Amino acid sequence: MSTQDDSFVVFERVQKSYDGLSLVVKDLNLRIKKGEFLTMLGPSGSGKTTCLLMLAGFETATHGEILFDGKPINNIPPHKRGIGMVFQNYALFPHMTVGENLSFPLEVRKIDKKNREEKVKTALEMVQMSEFINRKPAQLSGGQQQRIALARSLVFNPDLVLMDEPLGALDKQLREHMQYEIKNLHKKLGVTVVYVTHDQSEALTMSDRVAVFNDGQIQQLSTPAGLYEKPENAFVAQFIGENNKLTGKVKNINNNEVTVKTAQNLEVKALKVNCGEVGSDTTLSIRPERIHLNSKYKNKVNALVKQLIYHGDHIRCLIELDKENEFIVKIPNSNIQNNLKIGEKISLSWDSKDCHALDA
Amino acid sequence: MNANSETLQAADGTPLKKKLQQSLFRNKLRAFGLVSPLLIFLIFLFVLPIILLLWQGVYDTRFSNLMPETSNILEDWDGVSEPTEEMYAALVIDLVNARKNKTIGKVATRVNRELSGTRSLFTSSAKKAAKLKPPFKKSLKKLKKKWSKIETWQAMKVSSNVFTIGYIAASLDYKLNADGSISLQDEKRRIHVKLFIRTLEISLIVTIASLLLGYPIAYLMASLPLRTSNLLLILVLLPFWTSLLVRTTAWIAMLQGEGVMNDLFVIFGFAEDDDRFSLIYNKTGVLIAMTHILLPFMVLPIYSVMKTISPSYVRAAKSLGATNWTAFWRVYVPQTIPGIGAGAILVFILAIGYYITPALVGGQDGQMISNFIDFHMRKSLNWNLAAAMGLVLLVIVLFLFWIYDRVVGIDNMKLG
Repeated sequence: MSTQDDSFVVFERVQKSYDGLSLVVKDLNLRIKKGEFLTMLGPSGSGKTTCLLMLAGFETATHGEILFDGKPINNIPPHKRGIGMVFQNYALFPHMTVGENLSFPLEVRKIDKKNREEKVKTALEMVQMSEFINRKPAQLSGGQQQRIALARSLVFNPDLVLMDEPLGALDKQLREHMQYEIKNLHKKLGVTVVYVTHDQSEALTMSDRVAVFNDGQIQQLSTPAGLYEKPENAFVAQFIGENNKLTGKVKNINNNEVTVKTAQNLEVKALKVNCGEVGSDTTLSIRPERIHLNSKYKNKVNALVKQLIYHGDHIRCLIELDKENEFIVKIPNSNIQNNLKIGEKISLSWDSKDCHALDA
Repeated sequence: MNANSETLQAADGTPLKKKLQQSLFRNKLRAFGLVSPLLIFLIFLFVLPIILLLWQGVYDTRFSNLMPETSNILEDWDGVSEPTEEMYAALVIDLVNARKNKTIGKVATRVNRELSGTRSLFTSSAKKAAKLKPPFKKSLKKLKKKWSKIETWQAMKVSSNVFTIGYIAASLDYKLNADGSISLQDEKRRIHVKLFIRTLEISLIVTIASLLLGYPIAYLMASLPLRTSNLLLILVLLPFWTSLLVRTTAWIAMLQGEGVMNDLFVIFGFAEDDDRFSLIYNKTGVLIAMTHILLPFMVLPIYSVMKTISPSYVRAAKSLGATNWTAFWRVYVPQTIPGIGAGAILVFILAIGYYITPALVGGQDGQMISNFIDFHMRKSLNWNLAAAMGLVLLVIVLFLFWIYDRVVGIDNMKLG
């Protein structure tokens, strides 16, 4: 509790159940710092959107406390929380023009007309949409609507903005562009953002920290690099980025290094992260780009090339270790002289530090 | 740009527009084929009869067909000067023929509409017309004094017009004079305008009442989980499973002096036992029964529109700082306007031509225009006036439609 003062939003032992039979959110503890860009990432049904709705005030926590700026907000109705929100379908009011949409939060705050017009103008300039002030939302493209929704959530200067999969409906190119813009706005305004998405690349590129949700619990809360480089459990390793996995039993533990014996009698040395005692089951995780097509490292296996997929900058290589395990290896295009052929027998190796021994 | 699109050509060199029309023609033909049975049915059994009936409101050949000589000569008469001997002679010829063809009753009825009390003048004069000797002017006058009155001749002149706005004038409480001018009816005979106003008033009140009652139901149905809302929907549709007549009669049992409602009022002390409310056989009864019967027509369009409104709009409004009421009034309600418009116009149009309910529970001051049309169709057998009243009603409805289109916009309407 020593970090109490610099936490802007605090979830404390929060639980949520819709039907009284099962918990959608199980014992959530989360501290968000002021000015932070935090992403809640997880598959659908993992409880991330429920957490966002509880923070916005549209759902009440079944148990536990949510603090906003040091004050418990469980009993404060949504309209008094002063939290901006961007919805997945933008939720721009279809009967109002862009200007009226932006003016709405200012009107309900009883700000006078002159100030209102000024703020609307500034907010529209911020998202480069000034010339669209008199259009109706239906006359705008998806990306433009997204910008307006963003401007509307920011126009009344909230300290916290929630975004519920705001880029889900956009095509890939536009999505990447908007990611960049949202990130820039966040930097410029210093506003705290809680962002919900199921798209891991979005989470990794935009966030200061990412909370990976699964099964109503935070699996790991870390920086994007931390998530990718040091996954704490098998779910995170599998969910974030591409991953090759091997299952086996712990044979020996030596400080930070464990020796794992797989079902196929293969002995692998790995970094101890989250595995049990000697004799317990474990999952080994290796990133595709950390596997080398030579025998430089201690961990060596012989394998068979099954499939080669040309990806431009790299070649994805599907490799069969044995009947049950297949690895994906990424070979940079500069190494094309390797000239692999399907059916070729090759040798793979990896650094034992790049192989993480995780929970079963 | 126009020139540009003209030069656009399909691969085989024909203009693109023509090619497109060719390829769409087969589809159009198919679509037309599918609707044509209904279209033919409607044209012959709905549109044509309506047009033919409404036509009678402005077209009446009865007098001119049955009294050809008189009609011919009346055409040249100015309507104010003293009738001449030739006119009397023509009249006698026609009277004799009409008596022989047994059509004098129809003639008498027709003229009687213009000037009441002339029926017997015609029938009795026709009986003796064959024995009359010239000069007919004198002998007819001797037979019945009324033949010398100019009003009788004016009534005949008005009746002899084939195309007449007389019936339309009559349905608006005006009368057509022999010289072609139009003047207001006598005060005690002015009933139609009052009736049109009452019809519009009842329709408007019923529309507003069913909106006020129906909107919350629709809102409830749209916000409840699907299973519960389906049950409510069945309850809303339940009245459609019973006949209109049964529902109206049920209201009689509910609202009459010794009925359920009045008994309850007495039990709870809202009314004295010997001074009960008169809730039926008056306008109140019509309003209550019609609101109940037309309510589903308001609920359903509003519900279907509400169902499509994502809850995220109201959430967004609240997250932007709007109270529950502001979010509802400024964000939710405006989005339901297409449903309100559709429901309101549906209820209003149905109400304005409502017939059975006012006939059964309306009493004296609950009668609507359609009850009068019915009266003229079945009792007074003045189909021309009935048609004219129907025509006026149609014009009023179309006018209101036009205003609605101007104010709300017809394309802004959503029936489901």
